[in-house]
Formats: sequence, C-alpha cells, structure tokens
Amino acid sequence: MAINLKVNGVPRSVTAEPDTPLLYVLRNDLELNGAKYGCGLSQCGACTVLVDGRAVRSCVTPISALETSEITTLEGLGSIDKPHVLQQAFIEEQAAQCGYCTSGMIMSAKELLDRNPRPNEPDVRAALAGNLCRCGTHNRIIRAVLRAAQASGRT
Amino acid sequence: MNAPAFTRRRFTGGLGALVVTFSLGPNLALGQERLPGSLQNNRRLDGWIRINPDGSATVFTGKVELGQGILTALAQIAAEEIDLPLARVRMISGDTRQTPNEGQTAGSQSIENSGTALRMACAEARAILIDLAAKRLGVATDQLKVADGVVSAPDGRKIGYSELNPDLNREATARATPKPPASHKIVGKSIARFDIPAKVTGGLVYVQDMRPAGMLHGRVIRPPRYGSKLDSADEAAAKAMPGVIAVVRDGSFLGVVAEREEQAIKAREALRQSAKWTLGPELPDPARIFEVIKSLPSKDATIGVKQGAAPADARTFEAVYTKPYMSHGSIGPSCSVAEFKDGRMTVWTHSQGVFPLRAELVKVLKMPAAAIRCVHVEGSGCYGHNGADDVAADAALLARAVPGRPVRLQWMRDEEFGWEPYGPAMVMHAKAALGGDGKIADWQYEVWSNSHSTRPESTDGTNVLAGWYLAEPQKMGPPTSPPQPAGGGDRNAIPLYDFPSQRVVHHFVQDMPIRVSALRTLGAYANVFALESFMDELATAAGADPVAFRLAHLKDPRARAVIEAVAKKAGWKDGEKGDGTRGRGIGFAKYKNLACYVAVVAEVVVDRATGLVSVPQTWAAVDSGLIINPDGLTSQIEGGIVQSVSWTLKEEVRFDKSGILARDWASYPILTMPEAPRVEIELINRPNERPLGSGEGSQGPAVAAVANAFANATGKRVRDLPLNPARVKSALG
Repeated sequence: MAINLKVNGVPRSVTAEPDTPLLYVLRNDLELNGAKYGCGLSQCGACTVLVDGRAVRSCVTPISALETSEITTLEGLGSIDKPHVLQQAFIEEQAAQCGYCTSGMIMSAKELLDRNPRPNEPDVRAALAGNLCRCGTHNRIIRAVLRAAQASGRT
Repeated sequence: MNAPAFTRRRFTGGLGALVVTFSLGPNLALGQERLPGSLQNNRRLDGWIRINPDGSATVFTGKVELGQGILTALAQIAAEEIDLPLARVRMISGDTRQTPNEGQTAGSQSIENSGTALRMACAEARAILIDLAAKRLGVATDQLKVADGVVSAPDGRKIGYSELNPDLNREATARATPKPPASHKIVGKSIARFDIPAKVTGGLVYVQDMRPAGMLHGRVIRPPRYGSKLDSADEAAAKAMPGVIAVVRDGSFLGVVAEREEQAIKAREALRQSAKWTLGPELPDPARIFEVIKSLPSKDATIGVKQGAAPADARTFEAVYTKPYMSHGSIGPSCSVAEFKDGRMTVWTHSQGVFPLRAELVKVLKMPAAAIRCVHVEGSGCYGHNGADDVAADAALLARAVPGRPVRLQWMRDEEFGWEPYGPAMVMHAKAALGGDGKIADWQYEVWSNSHSTRPESTDGTNVLAGWYLAEPQKMGPPTSPPQPAGGGDRNAIPLYDFPSQRVVHHFVQDMPIRVSALRTLGAYANVFALESFMDELATAAGADPVAFRLAHLKDPRARAVIEAVAKKAGWKDGEKGDGTRGRGIGFAKYKNLACYVAVVAEVVVDRATGLVSVPQTWAAVDSGLIINPDGLTSQIEGGIVQSVSWTLKEEVRFDKSGILARDWASYPILTMPEAPRVEIELINRPNERPLGSGEGSQGPAVAAVANAFANATGKRVRDLPLNPARVKSALG
C-alpha cells in the first residue's frame, strides 16, 4: 500500500507493507545511504535517524507509525559540498575508520546538540552510549562532537 | 560425504592427508631477479602505474581499503615518487580485471608490500619520464627539475607529463632510486583521508549501498549448527510469499531471492521455521574447551631455541594463560552484490582478497576464472577474515538463479555472529627460571592453537561456507599456519627479550571444533598477553619494577626507546603500586617480531563489589620506521588499543553443545562509548628506516598493559581472558 512520509523536508510516497521498517524504505526506495543495517534489533545504532527531532532506530520503526512525522537522515544535515557543522567536524577530526557507524553517531550527536548545545565529554559519551563503534574511533568521534558544539557556539 | 562439517577430519576420515601449507606468491618463477615488495609477483610496470593523456596518473594496487586509510597512504607514496599532486593521482584497487594480485590485505603488510612496489614502480616511471624529457629538450637528465608533473630545463623550457607518452608496458627493474626522505613533500604528512567526506555525508561508499538497476534482494537460511544436513523445507510456501522471485536450494544450501529486502527477510524467516535438519555433531563442552584443544592432534614445532644452563640458585615459576574464541564483530554484517549475465559472474565484495575469492568461486560455481570478476567495494570494518568471502559466494549462488538481475545479499546479524570464522581459543603455558641476580636465566613457552588462517584460496577443497553445504560439497581446505618469523598461532611467541636460554614450542592444533580463521593480530594478541603478563609476574618475584625489569632484558635500542618513551609520557614512577582499586601496567611488543614497535601503559579502575574493570586512560609509544601519514598511524594505533581493551574486558564467543550462543550484541557485548579509554600517543619517526606495518601493532601491548595494571591495582593476577566481572570477583575472592 502507499504510505506518505516526509523525509529531509520532502514529501515522499512509497509502496510497501505498513510494517516495513523505515530503514529499508530509506535505503531501497528513497536511495538514501546514510542509515545502515547493523543488527535489526535496536542494539547498535547504525540505523539512527531523527523522527521529529528524536534519535530513533529506523531498523525497528515501522513506516506506518511515521505518516505525520518529520524524518531526518544524514543526507538531511548537509552534503559533501556543503557539510553540516557536525559532518565538517568529523572530517576535521578524521573521525572515521571504516565509517559504517558514523551516520548513526552523527544523528545521535545531532539530537544531543539540539538538546544541549554545550555538552562536556561525559555528556557526549553518554549520548552515544547506544551507538557501537568497532574500529576504536571513539575518542575521535567524541572530539568531533565537542568540536561541532564549539563551532556552533561561535556562529 | 554429504554432511557438511567444519572439521576437515570429518571429510577426510583421518589426519593422514593433512598437509601444512604456506602461501607462496603466485607465478614465482625461478631464476628471475628478486624485486622488492609486491613487484616480485607483479612485474609489469604498467600494472602499477599509467600516465594518462592529461598528464595525471592512474595507480593500481591489489590492496584494498578496509577503513585503515590505506588508499590515502599508498596514494601519498605514489604521488611523492611520480611527482604529481595528490589530486592528480587516481587509485584503483582490488579488481581481478584491473589490478595486481597482492593476495590478501592482511597482516599489516600493505605499506611494506604494496607501498614498496609503488615506491619503486613510480620512481622508475618518473625516471623514464625524465629520460624522455631530456631527449626532447636536449638537456642531460641531471639538469632537469620535476614538479607537479612538469619537467623543467635550466633555461626555463618546460614539458609536461601529458606530452611525454611514456611506454610503461615493460618489466620493472627496481633500479631507479626513490627520493631521499629529507626531500619528501607528501609522504610524512597527515594528509586527510580521501574516503571520509563521502562517509560522513551519505555518499555511495559501501557495497551495502549499491543498488544497480533491476537489483533483487537475497537472504540465506543457515542450519541450527555446524555440519547439519537439510532434510526438507517448505519451498512452495516461501515461493508463494509476496515478492519472492526464487527459492534456491542446492543440497543443504538454502536461499531466497525477492523483489524487496523486507520480503526476502520474511521469506527467510518462513523457510527457517519450516526447515527440517539432521543436526551435525555436538560442539565441545565449553567448560572443557581448553582441555579439548590441548588434547587434539597437533603439529608441533620448536622455535626460538637458545641453549643455556640455569644457575643452581635459580627459582622456577610457571603459569598458564588462556584466550577464548573472539568474534570480528563487524558493525555491518557482511554483504555482496552479484550479477550473472551472459555466462559471466561479477561479484562486488568487501573481501580482503579479490583474487583468492575468485579462486574459491571457480570451485563453488564450477565456472572458469576468466568468466568471474571480483571487484572490491568497501564494507564495514572486518578486522580479519569475517563473513565477507562467504557472503560473496552466497550472493553468486543466488544470482546464478536469476540471470540478468543483480542480487544484493547482506547477512543478518545472527548469521554474522553465528557463522563467521572466529579468532581461535588458545592456551599458553610459560615457565621460567629466575637467577639470584634477578634476571631470567631460562624461558620455556608452549602455545596451543588452531589455525589462524582458513582463508580463501585453499590448496585443496574450498574455504567459503556455502561450498561445504552444496549437493556436491567441497571439503574444507587444509588448515594453514604462516611460517615463522611472522607466524600464526605462534605469532610473537618468541620473546624479543635477550634470555640466555629459551625454548618455544608451537602446537598447531589441526582439528577445529569451532570454525576459526584470521582475526586481527592472529596469535600475537594472546602470546603478547601471556608473555608480557609472565614478565610482570617474574618482575614481581624479582622485586623489580616492570619497566626496569624489561629494559634489563632488552638490547634492541628501538625496543628500549618505545618502552622508555611510554614510561616518560605516562609519568611512570619506579616501583609504582596500585591502591587496591586503581593501578597501572605496561605491555610491549615488536609486532610479528619484524614490524612496528609499540609499548602501552594502561590505567585500570576495579570496582571490587561488582567485579567491573574499566580502563580510563592509556598511553602508547610507537616506532614504525619512516612514517607515511602520522595521523593515519595514530588512528590505527589508538583504534587498536580501544579494540584490544574491548576484547580484553568483555569478549568471548559463548557456545554450548547445541551450538553458538553469540547471536547479537546482547550475547556478544563490546566496549561502548562511555567505556572507551582515552589514548595519548607518541610517535617516534625514523625517516631513514623502512616503513613498518602498524595496523596490528598495539593490540598485544594493550592487553598486556591492562592485565598487568589489574595485577598492579589488586595484587591478584587474572590469567584467563576476558577480565569480566565473574572472573574478577573470583580472583579477588
């Protein structure tokens, strides 16, 4: 059946079963690469997107629950030519090795900075506690979020 | 024999046929001049570098990007030698149709092998360009200057690479002299990685992101445990499900292809529920796994023997250490896209070795190599041999059933945890005699381990999962162990310390009760844990400070330098003692005894009530010879430390007789963001030494530093990994 979604500010209509997890619609129907499949169990955070400003796990969120929501993915923050302050900070800190967890990290960090524009290091660690990284890039990710907070504070 | 199983013995009916094989490079002809690095096996110059009509360069490497930043580092080396700006060097990597065959991207060898080949090939290409320019300008070569792809004569005349049309279709000689390090402009700089901007903005980066036109989605149904045989499954019901295009069954290999990903997942679940299996053999009793490993047949090699006699006043000590099975734990399960079209198979894969994978696909698909192309596309970090090759074979088998339609197959989370080859469980037994002078007089060490390499391109049978389950199954390839000095289960088993007498024995255990292969560092993580823990135990027995005790047994000046540097950086105090809950420890290794030198100091905090150990802070000192990219090196070392702390505090693949119990992040927890240690690193650059592999240099020193810090904090020694709460509480009594 047809379901209407608003993704990155744009109304989109997709044909899929109502129980389809948002993740597969974002990736396969809307061709957005940001959210990643990691576990399908809401355990790793690789699929994190914002729904009405809250960080949610798109792998366990059915599209039927989202028809009136504003959905934001990594692509909704900025682009390679015009990166968001968080994306820019991740580049400056070289805060990715394989980078598979990065999109989820940035989306969880976005929620944090929207709620708390001047977090300290323990705040950042706590906000990203549900996002797993395997390459050991943790310290760079923390530094990138703190850098983004500082950069946002200056503007 | 139809029942698939992981132990080769079950296929061969005995161990008599087993042969230990070591991987030699392909096409190694006798009588050819030895060329450096991977030039040896890929001797055509234009196999490495071509000058394009616009004067830019295309550079080819068989090594692939795994998130370690290797393509940026290799481009730095190439651009430096060919004298082009980085932006004018295009990298092509890991494609059976286009690039050199450099085997696997593994073992921290890419800088040493591919980097060396590129340095020599690009230096030679530059010399050829300068010769051509000299002829065109009528000026001696030593009068010419080169910058940014333009050759200049003293009188101001210039000629660009685009005008020189060099013939690089020739055998490399490796006779051109690379640039001296003092003149490096690109090598040695912290160049930002090329791949990161796309990764942080949702670019099409990963094989998981591919969606070629007409693409379908596949999933595979795995048995309840190793070696099970599929009796039946309700294929008709699955085929009638929405979107299902094909149900593919070949023996005990069962898969499904659907229009939409969620449809494939639902059909997988339906097939899983309806499937009836004859179960394979039970797994060993986990409580007895180390006894089991020690009791299995092994090929024993005595390595690193020094004859000496322990003095009469020597005191003897011994200790047994263990390391459990560990998962690669990739955040993204393995994925591949395959397309079968006009009799040809193309497989996009995040395999660490596209050529070895192709060799396995030849056997599984029964197709000629010329009809199969494997192309590397990045995946989630793998840290060794995970499901990457297996899923590529799965995808190819499904794609063959739907010609003309590409099939994307990503393993599910339970499948990645349950079926990937783990890092093997290991047992290390150390004994030593401590002389009256407080120095080690004799060192005896034995290690028991399964193979750390059951990777593709097996010499016999196949090493991809699906191959063992087909109606005409392939047997599992013979277990292999890389020879010393690099070693496999015995990697870093020979101490770098100068003992007057020593004996090291590697028990290479053949039969694999649980599927295992290469996990980052192979045996080095466990051996450095045991060796460096035992060094601390002996230092304590000798009443010596662990830093001073190490230095007293170590002549290698570069080894001494990293230990001294980390002690200084951490503010190590001679004889410093923990306070019952907080303490610090040191660990050191020269990776593989031939790559980078790393020393780590870790601080631990022990919650004696809960048994929880945390590592708030670590320090490291690193000597990797000539540094290609300082920030890239730092990233690899700090990543290795954090990953090692995760292994050390938390990780163990649990199983029982019925099968593997690690199936998700709850049953296989890893270190989280609040738990990650801070890392401070000192790099010791040695521009006149060759660059050394570093991607696996810090894991061994880090586990040892944490284990030694725990003992320093509490006065109790934990010799079995991981240092989880149950074990810690038991140790603290």
